[in-house]
Amino acid sequence: MVRRIFEILDPGPMTTIQDRGRFGFQKFGIPVSGSLDKFSSHVANRLVGASDDSPVLEMTFIGPKMVALSDCFVAVAGADMPMYVNGIEQPGWSSIKVHKGALVHFGSARNGLRSYLSVDGGICCKPLMGSCSTFVAAKLGGIDGGKLKKGQYLQADEAIRVVRPQTLPEEYRPTLGNNVTLRVLFGPQDDFFEKGLDTFVSSDYIVSPKSDRMGYRMQGPFVEFKNGSPMTIISEPSMPGCVQVPPDGQPIVLFVEQTIGGYAKIATIISADLDSLAQCRPGTKINFKLTDLEQAQGAYVKYMKKLEQITLADI
Amino acid sequence: MLFDCPNFKVVGDTGLLTYIADGINKQASVRVHQLVDALDQNKPDGLLEIVPAYNSILVTYRPDILSTELLIDLIASVYSELKLLPSVTPRIVEIPVLYAGEFGPDIEFVANCNGLTVEEVVTIHSSTEYFVCMLGFTPGFAYLGGMSEQLHAPRLNSPRDIISAGSVGIANNQTGIYPIDVAGGWRIIGRTPLKLFDPFNADPFIYKTGDALRFRPIDRYEYDHLVNING
Repeated sequence: MVRRIFEILDPGPMTTIQDRGRFGFQKFGIPVSGSLDKFSSHVANRLVGASDDSPVLEMTFIGPKMVALSDCFVAVAGADMPMYVNGIEQPGWSSIKVHKGALVHFGSARNGLRSYLSVDGGICCKPLMGSCSTFVAAKLGGIDGGKLKKGQYLQADEAIRVVRPQTLPEEYRPTLGNNVTLRVLFGPQDDFFEKGLDTFVSSDYIVSPKSDRMGYRMQGPFVEFKNGSPMTIISEPSMPGCVQVPPDGQPIVLFVEQTIGGYAKIATIISADLDSLAQCRPGTKINFKLTDLEQAQGAYVKYMKKLEQITLADI
Repeated sequence: MLFDCPNFKVVGDTGLLTYIADGINKQASVRVHQLVDALDQNKPDGLLEIVPAYNSILVTYRPDILSTELLIDLIASVYSELKLLPSVTPRIVEIPVLYAGEFGPDIEFVANCNGLTVEEVVTIHSSTEYFVCMLGFTPGFAYLGGMSEQLHAPRLNSPRDIISAGSVGIANNQTGIYPIDVAGGWRIIGRTPLKLFDPFNADPFIYKTGDALRFRPIDRYEYDHLVNING
């Protein structure tokens, strides 16, 4: 039985329903979408006993204001974005009981950018091409393909098990900050650059306000192309973390809403560091640090283990 | 020209690009999709997604299950076993287009670039049989090969914030169709009334890679009529 959990009074600037992503349709130009900070959304679902595939709310900078229509458990994980129930601040990274009629609202993120709200039983909406993830530009997924709007209802499946209130111990929570180092591997078009490679890994870049789920624009020293090198490529597939350098020399990190691109890609952020990128807000200082394939794949294995073996503590 | 052996490039810790040719042409496109189909049938554990483009494919994988070396060996061996396919007659998809006017704001630019009249642009653009090389960028955006050299025109210096769904555009030697409202930098010469992407349809796209595609010029009366029957 699907139940109505919340009525949205104020959606916040960019609140969407996301799950782990829409796979298998990139060959038609349909990007994967999905939660940008996978660790946080995963922990949020675990904290309320929802399945790992359950959709969550991805809240950007400031979450929604809403009224509870049923008793439920929720959890918020990710950015340091305070959640208030009837005006009282609740701890993040913890299961929280919310009673029918309660007013839930959020303050703006004090650190980080995106927070994830889960509901016991799992937030529920009609999957499209195997996923509930919202891709706003193509009006796909979520509720009517858009970001959350005032007056909409958030639904959840009936909880399959009793929620035991739990928390993620501090030591397992990611650190958030205004200076972030992201590990990269050069390529696939590193041969388009010479001195630009050094510039890229030895300079500070600032996250531009023109950044979204499609891509993060960086402002900083011009990344020089090698003399005589072409500046664009025959359009080819890209993936989350690929760093494009358009002819203006300002890098753009691609995220989850594009499948093909025609600019040269100097480097690719390793997958274990993409959650940190998701938490970078405009103005964050970023340093790109070169690593090698062996270390990058080692970090991937470690990251996957971390997702599998999340250690929650009873409250 | 197709490569005898593909080139590989690592993309981060979980991606691998395979290049099988160095340009945009039908032969490369056919071979790309042949390789994709062959890999789909030989999908090893740990292989996640296969994404085709003009002359390359991206494979994403779990390096804890499938090593990069094994993946490269597998793709090289599958590629070497591909047989030259007998050429098949492709399905022809016809796309009605209202050229010029309010729906084709850049057609005069394209005409001027090439010393043609607007009518000649329409005639040349609609008398060519195109080849759907790939879908990508946004849902159902068709990258078409085979456009006449007489119609080449550069992209806009700065992309428009919104290009309307159905718009037919030109960028250098390519022509394509925007299936959804999206920002874009191609020169727009007309618009089709057909709904090109319907996620609620069992078959969400009206064309697929490998199809042949033709544009048929229509007038405003037919355009409005087709808009009505397409709901």
